[in-house]
Amino acid sequence: MMKDMFEETAERVLGDLITPELIIASENGAWPEGLWHAVEENGLGLAAAPESSGGVGGSWHDAFVLIRAAGRHSAPVPLAETILVNWLLGLAGLDAAPGSATLAATGGDLADGRFSGTLGDIPWGGQAGHVLAVAGGNLVLLSSADGSRTGAFNAAREPRDTLTFDSASPVALAPLPASWPPETLLLGGAMIRSAQIAGGLGRLLDTAIDYANQRIQFGRAIGKFQAIQHQLALLAEQTALASAAAEMAFAASETAPSPAAIAAAKAVASEAAGQGAAIAHAVLGAIGFTYEHDLHFTTRRLWSWRSEFGSQSYWAQDVGRRLCRQGESGVWPAIMAMTPARAAKG
Amino acid sequence: MRLTDFAYAPIPADAEVFRREVRDFLSREMRDIPPIQRADSWMGYDAEFSRKLGAAGLIGITMPKRFGGREAGAFARYVISEELLAAGAPVSAHWIADRQSAPLLLHFGTPAQQERYIPGIVRGETYFGIGMSEPNAGSDLASIGSRAVRNGDGWVLNGRKIWTTNAHRSHYMIALVRTEAQADDRHGGMSQFIIDLQAPGVTVRPIRDLTGAEHFNEIFFDDVALDPEALVGTEGKGWAQVMAELAFERSGPERFLSSMTLLHTLVEEIGAEPDSLQAFQIGRIGARLMALRAMSLSVTAQLDQGEDPAWAASCVKDIGTALEQEMPEIAQLLSASEPRVDSGSDHQQVLAYLTQLAPCFSLRGGTREILRGILARGLGLR
Repeated sequence: MMKDMFEETAERVLGDLITPELIIASENGAWPEGLWHAVEENGLGLAAAPESSGGVGGSWHDAFVLIRAAGRHSAPVPLAETILVNWLLGLAGLDAAPGSATLAATGGDLADGRFSGTLGDIPWGGQAGHVLAVAGGNLVLLSSADGSRTGAFNAAREPRDTLTFDSASPVALAPLPASWPPETLLLGGAMIRSAQIAGGLGRLLDTAIDYANQRIQFGRAIGKFQAIQHQLALLAEQTALASAAAEMAFAASETAPSPAAIAAAKAVASEAAGQGAAIAHAVLGAIGFTYEHDLHFTTRRLWSWRSEFGSQSYWAQDVGRRLCRQGESGVWPAIMAMTPARAAKG
Repeated sequence: MRLTDFAYAPIPADAEVFRREVRDFLSREMRDIPPIQRADSWMGYDAEFSRKLGAAGLIGITMPKRFGGREAGAFARYVISEELLAAGAPVSAHWIADRQSAPLLLHFGTPAQQERYIPGIVRGETYFGIGMSEPNAGSDLASIGSRAVRNGDGWVLNGRKIWTTNAHRSHYMIALVRTEAQADDRHGGMSQFIIDLQAPGVTVRPIRDLTGAEHFNEIFFDDVALDPEALVGTEGKGWAQVMAELAFERSGPERFLSSMTLLHTLVEEIGAEPDSLQAFQIGRIGARLMALRAMSLSVTAQLDQGEDPAWAASCVKDIGTALEQEMPEIAQLLSASEPRVDSGSDHQQVLAYLTQLAPCFSLRGGTREILRGILARGLGLR
């Protein structure tokens, strides 16, 4: 199965190459050239782009495990963003972006085929070669180099830049497919962050279990204490919830981002991120609060990703308004409609 | 735990076809059932409803055709279950027999037992209770003291069971009892028996719950004669059989859909334009229901493939019951409606009822603490 192959490749490439030193260097502004080279060599960024546009031809659902793995390993590159952008470009009939790509959830203006606007909160905006944006009902792929950059960083010191474009010529342009919601890029971003959160939580769970089985206090491993066991059970539950919700959103979005499923997934994952990070820190105690320990690479990302592309509150309210609009008899069908009856592929 | 335990499992098309059937049935049979009765959900007892559901071919759907079943898979049963629960159908008469007694008998029972009990279950006419807890064995199930002693070909049973839902209006109980004195192996020496609740020596005493209703019971066994055909499965292997049964008991949609009536009346109460707090909390419930449904489907796929998803089932139940317990808390935060009994609006009555019922959600079928212990074991902590 494509999904198993993706998971295996992601674990090999990301697991081997991403070290704490690499993440620290990235947080200090270095671009991990070797890692990105390996990502490209293995075609990871093109996983869900159709073969006709130069991609690998995996389904969007298959790409879920790759993006979850990117979260698990705190990949200090725009891998999730590149996979998303190339998938969307492919659906819109455009070729995959060469190199790395990212997206802007806020739009700009298109006049005489030229793009102008200030796009904020762009993940890796200064590093990614291209930025996908929406303008005037069009999907617009821009060269990042054409924008002037104002740097910013999330709590994990991942770049979240602002790029200002003034009459830039798009690299590619296509009308937003009619079936796509206008907030497609916000939804796409929320979807990849949900999967990354699930991966990050899985990492926290493994780390916290290892620690609880090794750390001896009162003459036994702290994992033998019921209080710790129940905390870790809750962490496992939050991990399972986030992963199941995120995967459901991917499966529901095979031909276009599915608004209700993504809203639900991001609301669940964002809440899980905060709860999971708190439990992991409680179990690891003071050592988990040091820079020296790896834990913070994941927890600082979870605290950032949960807010990006819409917070828990933003998306939960979106789900709530949808349900209330349905009225009493429409609530159950609406909840069911968030989960597709059948996967498109795989 | 592996995240693959909750990998996405779509409902196959051959199971999805049952949705139309059950919805058609519900649109006919639920017309006159008011919200306060729907709030009972799988606690609601209505033998006539169960018989009609059986006649419509919607009970025991996974059972062999020779017993009246339709040989469908676990997903078909899932589809039927979630539709019944979402509608608040009164399914408690047959629920346990359909959910766990019939599968247990199909798996471990003799051909004669299967022939004798399963067709009645499938028709919605034969009802079962579960005999696990005892006054001195609640969460610590292995400390049960009810004991069946060999007597000729059969056994003589003495002891007590407690908290058995519907024992006062069911035909049989499948009870876990001791057939050997407690040995070093705490889980050895136990066996499962089918007990006719009308048999001499069986006394059923309903216990009123805090709402004043009678759902559960205490059952006394005084020299109850059990014939050889009463034993289910293998003598001494009762514990393992019960653990397999619990996966069916814990993973199903009743662990997160049994309070749907409250969500329905709450949405009706709030109307089409919620304020931000209302939208947030309703959305939070809806999003979790979506995620739990995804998890439950994944467990269903494992059951369908004959795996034992005990860990994942415990996970679904613990998250599901926590959500259901939050629902009345959220409902009373979001609207000014006060809870009302035998008076007031539909929403007020449903709120009052489920507020009172909520504590039992994390007790029945395994307490929160027991489930988290199972999860911890699965995580490699004990």
